[in-house]
Amino acid sequence: MGSMYWWMLLGMAVATYVPRMIPLTILDGKELPPIVSGVLRNIPYAVLGALIFPAILHIQDDILFGVIGAITAFTLAFLGLDVMFVVIGTIAALAVYSLF
Amino acid sequence: MGCLVNTTFFHGLKAGSSIAIGYFPVALTFGLLAKTTGLSIIEATAMSLFVYAGAAQYMSLSLLATGVAPWLIVTNTFIVNIRHFLMTAALSEKVEPAPKWKKAIYAFGITDETFSVLATQKNRQVTTAFTFGVALIAYSSWVIFTAVGHVIGANLPQFLQKAMSVALYAMFIGLLVPSMKGNRKVVLLAVIAAAIHCALFYTQLLSTGWSILVATLASAIFVEILYVKSNKNVERFTKRKEAN
Repeated sequence: MGSMYWWMLLGMAVATYVPRMIPLTILDGKELPPIVSGVLRNIPYAVLGALIFPAILHIQDDILFGVIGAITAFTLAFLGLDVMFVVIGTIAALAVYSLF
Repeated sequence: MGCLVNTTFFHGLKAGSSIAIGYFPVALTFGLLAKTTGLSIIEATAMSLFVYAGAAQYMSLSLLATGVAPWLIVTNTFIVNIRHFLMTAALSEKVEPAPKWKKAIYAFGITDETFSVLATQKNRQVTTAFTFGVALIAYSSWVIFTAVGHVIGANLPQFLQKAMSVALYAMFIGLLVPSMKGNRKVVLLAVIAAAIHCALFYTQLLSTGWSILVATLASAIFVEILYVKSNKNVERFTKRKEAN
């Protein structure tokens, strides 16, 4: 790919690191108004919802593939399985599905 | 999960081990896709080593394959990763006070998954040692299995490669669901954000990176206002009762 690739990699590294680093170092220790820290505490759950849908439905051209994956993962997680078993179980279910 | 036990580096390694195992298929798939995109093993592993951002790395591969200009790939990476700004801002409320240089180091290890594990810890505060443990084991797994994926990926049967494309999302679900149980606020936050993102996605109003950001913020702000208002109503009600 040549030197262009490495310049792109450097750009990607900076573009990824800066948003991770600034709040922890620069915003650190500043007392935030309660509404702001309330919103910040909500973010993990909101971001997970937005990361999962609709992307999971479109991992393959076949929508049913994603639907089966989503149903399997939610079922396994609701049964109380640990994250890694949710991942492995969902892969296994889809492996069986794509064999048929 | 006991209370106040997750404090040491080793507790962190343990809490992060489920991420490390969850990363295994995701990183393996990345390594294998990188190979089919034409990256050498050094180039693919270097991306995981220096960039370390799952969604952005996957996206860069599809953009490289379609011949998109490098600066546009960098811009895209930035947009996809602005959400980490929200995450580390949220996390700065949760981590114990520590020297800035230490925070600047573990900041590199904050991903969707390490963030979710740290932010959903039952302890009110997470220690620096614990954070390093979680970050280190997840990062090691990501880098190592990218390389392994590049080496062995193409030898995996096609149906298994296909099935593994779900790995990243199954992991997100596995992290979200335990917090949803018995917590209506969490359910509301996730469902509203998902609904907004779907609406933005299918109407193609915004690119993926921006729409995740907008959906997350809109849901987090809306639900917070909803809860602050209903709490005020409850307070007013109980005050009136006391006055009587």
